[in-house]
Amino acid sequence: MRKLLAVVAFAVAFGANGQEKVLRVVPHSNLNILDPIWTTQYMARNHGYMVYDTLFGTDEKSRVQPQMVDKWTVSQDQKQWSFTLRSGLAFHDGKPVTGEDVIASLSRWGKRDAMGQKLMTFVEKMDSPDAKTFRIFLREPCGFVLEALGKPSSNVPFIMPKRVADTPADKQIEEAVGSGPYIFRKEEFKPGDKAVYVRNPKYVPRKDPPSGTAGGKHVYVDRVEWNLALRDAQSQVNALAKGEVDVLERPAFESYEQLKQIADVRLVTKDPLGFQYMGRFNHLHPPFNNPKVRQAAIAAMAQEPFLRAQVGIKEFYRGCASMFTCGTPYGSAKGSEIQSKSNMKKAQELLKASGYDGTPVVILKPTDLAAIQKLPDVAAQLLRQAGFKVDLQAMDWNTVVSRRAKKDPPAQGGWNIFLTAWVAPDIWNPLTNAAIGGAGEKSWFGWPSDAQLEKLRDEFARATDDAGKKALAERIQARAFEIGTHAPLGEYVNPLAVRKNVTGWVIGPGDHYWNVKKN
Amino acid sequence: MLATIPVLLIVAVLVFLLLRLTPGDPAAIMAGDAATAEQIERIRAGLGLDRPIVVQFGIWLAKVLSGDLGESFYYRIKVTTLIGQRLEPTFALASLTILIAVVVSIPLGVLAAWRFGGWLDRALMGFSVMGFSVPVFVLAYLLIWLVSLKLGWLPVQGYVRISGGFFLFLKHLILPAITLSVIYIALIARVTRASVLEALGEDYIRTARAKGLPEVRVLVRHALANAAVPIATVIGIGIAILIGGVVVTESVYAIPGLGRLTVDAVLARDFPTIQGVILFFSFVYVAVNMLIDLSYVFLDPRIRY
Repeated sequence: MRKLLAVVAFAVAFGANGQEKVLRVVPHSNLNILDPIWTTQYMARNHGYMVYDTLFGTDEKSRVQPQMVDKWTVSQDQKQWSFTLRSGLAFHDGKPVTGEDVIASLSRWGKRDAMGQKLMTFVEKMDSPDAKTFRIFLREPCGFVLEALGKPSSNVPFIMPKRVADTPADKQIEEAVGSGPYIFRKEEFKPGDKAVYVRNPKYVPRKDPPSGTAGGKHVYVDRVEWNLALRDAQSQVNALAKGEVDVLERPAFESYEQLKQIADVRLVTKDPLGFQYMGRFNHLHPPFNNPKVRQAAIAAMAQEPFLRAQVGIKEFYRGCASMFTCGTPYGSAKGSEIQSKSNMKKAQELLKASGYDGTPVVILKPTDLAAIQKLPDVAAQLLRQAGFKVDLQAMDWNTVVSRRAKKDPPAQGGWNIFLTAWVAPDIWNPLTNAAIGGAGEKSWFGWPSDAQLEKLRDEFARATDDAGKKALAERIQARAFEIGTHAPLGEYVNPLAVRKNVTGWVIGPGDHYWNVKKN
Repeated sequence: MLATIPVLLIVAVLVFLLLRLTPGDPAAIMAGDAATAEQIERIRAGLGLDRPIVVQFGIWLAKVLSGDLGESFYYRIKVTTLIGQRLEPTFALASLTILIAVVVSIPLGVLAAWRFGGWLDRALMGFSVMGFSVPVFVLAYLLIWLVSLKLGWLPVQGYVRISGGFFLFLKHLILPAITLSVIYIALIARVTRASVLEALGEDYIRTARAKGLPEVRVLVRHALANAAVPIATVIGIGIAILIGGVVVTESVYAIPGLGRLTVDAVLARDFPTIQGVILFFSFVYVAVNMLIDLSYVFLDPRIRY
């Protein structure tokens, strides 16, 4: 009998220990493109962080830290940068990561990403004198080499094998082979249903503590499954409550009250910097081709009503006078008085003084994107109160995305305002913030044209000292408010909802699954 | 069978043109939020969307005629493969739904007709009205709350393929099938009731009863058999509608079926997938209709083609 009990106990213990640890995640959206360089979609970026590694990371304090790079040097004239890769880096196919792989990856990224393109305007050449070293030679000093290489959001300069990175930049890659902490199981990928990643047993994490996208990327689960089919907000909550999934990446704001009542669930503010809402004007067509009208609109668009209507939970949102994320090095209130110290009466006066002729303002309202769908209604109401004539047009988000790319007049299928949200790293500096540009038709949708703004951004790119960069960022922001590139509409966080047995969340922007433990 | 070809051709042309006329640019969607106009233009050219519509249609039609429904813009896999992946969940859900609906509704309908005006008949009519009136998602949430969250009997969501074990497969499918079957139970039961009621008024029923046949036999062999044609019609239409119309149920229960694929493709403007799936649905509609027509011959020997 004793022998039998011992056998049973052994079997139970072995069964428990031998069981695979599977982290079941409900991501914020569907994964439909697997090339994080070809698209800026956040889901592709998150897929990238599972599969690939980066040369540098950005920690929770927004500081760039080495990741695949072991050490680096920069010449006295700041034109030659030399980097040495860490030992033990290998791709999932077993081949070592070399300088040639890095150069091919950076070249492809530099053709797609806006910051990468900017960096490449400074780059004279790149080479790899030996397998573990790569060098970047600049034509003239530039102040954002490390920020670019450690860029935490789309497009992230992920390192791929040379044979993959040699894919033309306008074509999608065919393989998902990286050197990151997880291996993508292509054979288990079912579009719209499930994406599976398994632990990369050969991954060598850094010794530093994990922080943001920097530090040691330790993997404590055997497998991460992204449930791509579970997209109904209430069903997500039900599934989490029943323990059928472990993590909800972006619960609907309306779900938090219910989530707080579930005993085995807790909320985790993994990304305290969060997101910023933005109202973007079309500078090509009346009435917003007139800077005075844009200023009147910014004055009318106070942040609190947007945040209250859209987020609704006081502890999850904050006003932020900066166009760069508040709480990051370039966050400041410089030049924001037009919005932060304004009120409806002033907006009405500004509009009257602007010579606005009653041209209707076409606002694009997405009806299927819970995270932003209430913003256009608030914008419409505030602008009406200020004296604008508003035409609020409802459509699905993908129609908004298509329509905002049109430069036609609003009456012919164009637009005047659309509203969106950005993750912090996308807007925290003048080179990543797509909305702060003045290159006319080459700018991001809305196409502001302002030579002074472009000149300041160019100076920022060349500045190499932190104090000088900060001063320039302030001047850029002040100019952006002056010409009214867009209206920042406040910031918010969207905490994860997780089962209580899932711990180890790394603080920092983005959705990453290293260091996460499931007990 | 030959009549299928012009129907499918008309559907193909209409779907193709409608997609090109509706707003929404797949290139802009694929490029992501921070993409520039230049990047979007390059993607558009890569997808062949910068060519004239006639050329695009010609290329697509030539592929379809050779049995190739094209490749998804997003997943870059064959649309036929995508449909293949999604067919099992939808087919399984539709089959189980219809099975439950038929097993429950036909006896109910016959009983209601038999006890016309009685409490059973009134209860059935009341249930029918409720079945038609309660939205599927409301019923789904109520059932999930009761059966999955409170009683803990069944999973909240998800789908397990039949290859993953029949018990698990059934465990995940039973609740969505019950949810979806309610409206079909209501529909088929009403049609059965009306048809059987009509048959019960016929002379041959009176004759059967006068001969002393047991009431069950009168109801099943005489009344129901003669009422079978409209019932088969409504069941057939139900199957056809189910194949393409289960999107709400699939969404609430996270079942990766054809309905969800269609909605995702429409929202993402994945033209090849939408075109392929709708052609497939059209084919299913035509095939099911044909099968219904053929079934009439067996159900009513008087019908000849």
